[in-house]
Amino acid sequence: MSELAHTWSNVVVILIFLFSFAALLSWIERRLLGVWQDRYGPNRVGPFGMLQSVADAIKLLAKEDWIPPFADKALFVLAPAVIATTTLLAFAVVPIAPGIGVVDLNIGLLFFLAMSSLGVYSIVLGGWASNNKYSLLGGFRAAAQMLSYEVFMGLSLMGVVMLAGSFNLRDIVAAQEDLWFCIPQILGLITFTVAGIAEARRLPFDLPEAENELVAGFHTEYSSMKFGLFFIGEYVGIILISAVMVTLFFGGWLGPLLPPLMWFLLKTFIVIGFFILLRASLPRPRYDQLMGYGWKVMLPLTLVNLLITGAIVLAWGL
Amino acid sequence: MKGCCVRLTRSETLSQLSSDAALGSNVFTELRNRFRTMPRTMIGPVQETRDGIPTQWISRNSVRDVLRYLKLEAEHPYPMLYDLTAIDERSRVHREGQPASDFTVVYHLLSFERNADIRLKIALTAADPQLPTITDIWPAANWYEREIWDMFGIVFAGHPHLRRILLPPTWVGHPLQKDHPARATEMEPFRLPQDKQNAEQEALRFHPEEWGMRRAHDGADFMFLNLGPNHPSVHGVFRIVLQLDGEEIVDAVPDIGFHHRGAEKMGERQSWHTYIPYTDRVDYLGGVMNNLPYVLAVEKLAGIEVPDRVKVIRVMMAEFFRIASHLVFYGTFAQDLGALSPVFFMFTDRERVFDIVEAICGGRMHPSWYRIGGVAQDLPNGWDGLVRDFLGYMPARLDEYDKIALGNRILKARSRDVGSYSVDEAIEWGVTGPGLRACGFEWDFRKARPYSGYDQFEFDIPTGKRGDCYDRCAVRIEEIRQSLRIIEQCLNHMPTGSYKADHPLTTPPLKKRTLHDIETLIDHFLGVSWGPVIPPGEAFMGIEATKGNNGYYLISDGSTMPYRVRIRTPSFPHLQMIPLISRGGMISDLIATLGSIDFVMADVDR
Repeated sequence: MSELAHTWSNVVVILIFLFSFAALLSWIERRLLGVWQDRYGPNRVGPFGMLQSVADAIKLLAKEDWIPPFADKALFVLAPAVIATTTLLAFAVVPIAPGIGVVDLNIGLLFFLAMSSLGVYSIVLGGWASNNKYSLLGGFRAAAQMLSYEVFMGLSLMGVVMLAGSFNLRDIVAAQEDLWFCIPQILGLITFTVAGIAEARRLPFDLPEAENELVAGFHTEYSSMKFGLFFIGEYVGIILISAVMVTLFFGGWLGPLLPPLMWFLLKTFIVIGFFILLRASLPRPRYDQLMGYGWKVMLPLTLVNLLITGAIVLAWGL
Repeated sequence: MKGCCVRLTRSETLSQLSSDAALGSNVFTELRNRFRTMPRTMIGPVQETRDGIPTQWISRNSVRDVLRYLKLEAEHPYPMLYDLTAIDERSRVHREGQPASDFTVVYHLLSFERNADIRLKIALTAADPQLPTITDIWPAANWYEREIWDMFGIVFAGHPHLRRILLPPTWVGHPLQKDHPARATEMEPFRLPQDKQNAEQEALRFHPEEWGMRRAHDGADFMFLNLGPNHPSVHGVFRIVLQLDGEEIVDAVPDIGFHHRGAEKMGERQSWHTYIPYTDRVDYLGGVMNNLPYVLAVEKLAGIEVPDRVKVIRVMMAEFFRIASHLVFYGTFAQDLGALSPVFFMFTDRERVFDIVEAICGGRMHPSWYRIGGVAQDLPNGWDGLVRDFLGYMPARLDEYDKIALGNRILKARSRDVGSYSVDEAIEWGVTGPGLRACGFEWDFRKARPYSGYDQFEFDIPTGKRGDCYDRCAVRIEEIRQSLRIIEQCLNHMPTGSYKADHPLTTPPLKKRTLHDIETLIDHFLGVSWGPVIPPGEAFMGIEATKGNNGYYLISDGSTMPYRVRIRTPSFPHLQMIPLISRGGMISDLIATLGSIDFVMADVDR
């Protein structure tokens, strides 16, 4: 019974924490961008503007929840729910600290990959169901981009699995007691970072949205809380990718002096900061350049990494 | 800087005139020799103008032959159709020595080899306002001829697509005709009943065939994407209809006119002085740079020679606005390519430019600060400190931007060999300014035909090589550095003297003698209340503005108002070229190309 209570309290606390942090993240991102762009960013609502996300949420809820008459209604409503659901589900397997986490799956890594792949349906369906040409182009781009980047995203993590000998994320963290995998798996880290940004559709990989070209891409027609779900989905996605990256390459909760939870949060936050910095500093490549980069550079790189890691594991009989 | 101080020769404009006149007489002789076998009426009289541009009347039957000769066969050809416009002559009083004409079509050609222009005029009657098209000789004539049809109702026989271009398709009348009302109060009150609204909306329905596009090819349907008039990357109200095969652009048709405010018509009812603020708003990023060609043209008509101090002040403020405009370009170009941050840095720097502009002119974006015969006020105390601070601050920033924007590999990949055109194409389509120089052709009015004392300054003309988006950006950034050099020379060698010319037509007149005798009091009173009466004549003045060559072709009929104001803007021909350079690319390339052209819609639609 206490086991069940423990799990449930974990679920509820993590969910609440995740949502608040995702909301806060939109504020953090805007303030950080402000710092890097010689301006203030939101600083009016609450202390340092921290309540800006609350104001945004109220605004989104109060807006007209409009479904365009030309849209495919069922899919139009379903699409934003898919992204929010899949990213939250994927979070279930993230080992935050010893004793903190929702489930401890033996195939945790595969579950994460499966869920993040499902997320693209949200974008493609949203773009399709809107029946708007800009949304459609956004959806197409998302499909092409995911196809190119999913492939090596999974492969880039196999080196980690080889070294740890397990798909269980807790085992992977435990295997990094002596050496974080970011050192032996540096190629895997690089390729996973690139794939992760593409997965989260962040600049420079925000082609499905590309506001300078496609107005707002796949979510052009969305308003109110349906748009809010895409928005939350994006920020939870960033947290998810960062948390997984910390788990797989930066020793998860491991670290001296501070409690494990603090280590995990600190590392995750640094990775998120890196993502925001990328957004502040890079332009956006063209659709075909992005695909070419994925297939011609990143995929061979992951395969080389796999080969080297496999050879070393074989030779040293680890 | 040549020598240690600025020496502005008073005879500079005169020598310019005489050299133009020499070349002009050559071209008249050439024309007469070439067309001597034709009937005598083909080549008409030569007209004297205040600007010294050789002006030749020809008959409409010979227009195609003469233009083809001047473009292709002449020994030193005129390869660029610089401007093409018309004049409604029906209520013009002072037409001494000109053939009878109700409507006059004016071709303005430019020769780089001769560094000279020629103006060809064709007289038409109101009963038969028609002449042959020259779109097959100059593709750039397409939009100009449509504009003349739209504004004057003159028909160009054989034009492939003679439809309204600036006004809505349902417009009745041709506004630049003298009998068309200029004010809303001269018209019936505006009403929009339901049936009229329906008709207006129906007129906007998109039919690909009317735009010269096919719906399908080889059994596959094309997708038509309506980009604009309200889209994040069209920089204003500009619409492009794209015919797409996937994301690849098969064809693009620009649609302009959403920003048309009748600037040329307004000129015909404003006094010479009160029209200055309207010029500010033509290229609305160019500020006082827009005043310059206008006041220079009026000064040509009036025969005003301005003091050296005025020339240098004008150059300095114009170069400040060149920097401001190029900074906006740089930031928005980077933003069009997806870079979020540069635009904030560049707008912050532009604020610093505006701080100086504000301290000197009082206004920021549209100070309307130049005057006929001078500038509005003298430079304020302490202006030099502000300018010096800026000169110390800006170069380091530009170097930093090279790292964050221009040197970025993704930005290079997006803009290298995208939207490129050759020098010949550029000249064929009437491209001027940085877009022309990016192809490697060193042509700048400030060097080629120095005005306002530019010949006394030391600066280089940056050029590119490939004529692609990247080169257009790189050329503009180097121009910012050159503008800083010019401003530094202005700062170090600002001449002393008056900020206004001592001339009866200077507006508003200098006041110092006003209360001493009745004659100057009356002059002053009339100049301030009616505005100056400019002697009859015609003058064109073109300058190297922020986006290319901006010019004013003014016709005075000896009144307090211009008889005709023609504004030759650079962005109009630049946009006409978009289909040519965007075909075969992707949507992302088109966005990069649009950003690199650096246009503002008010400069296109006027």
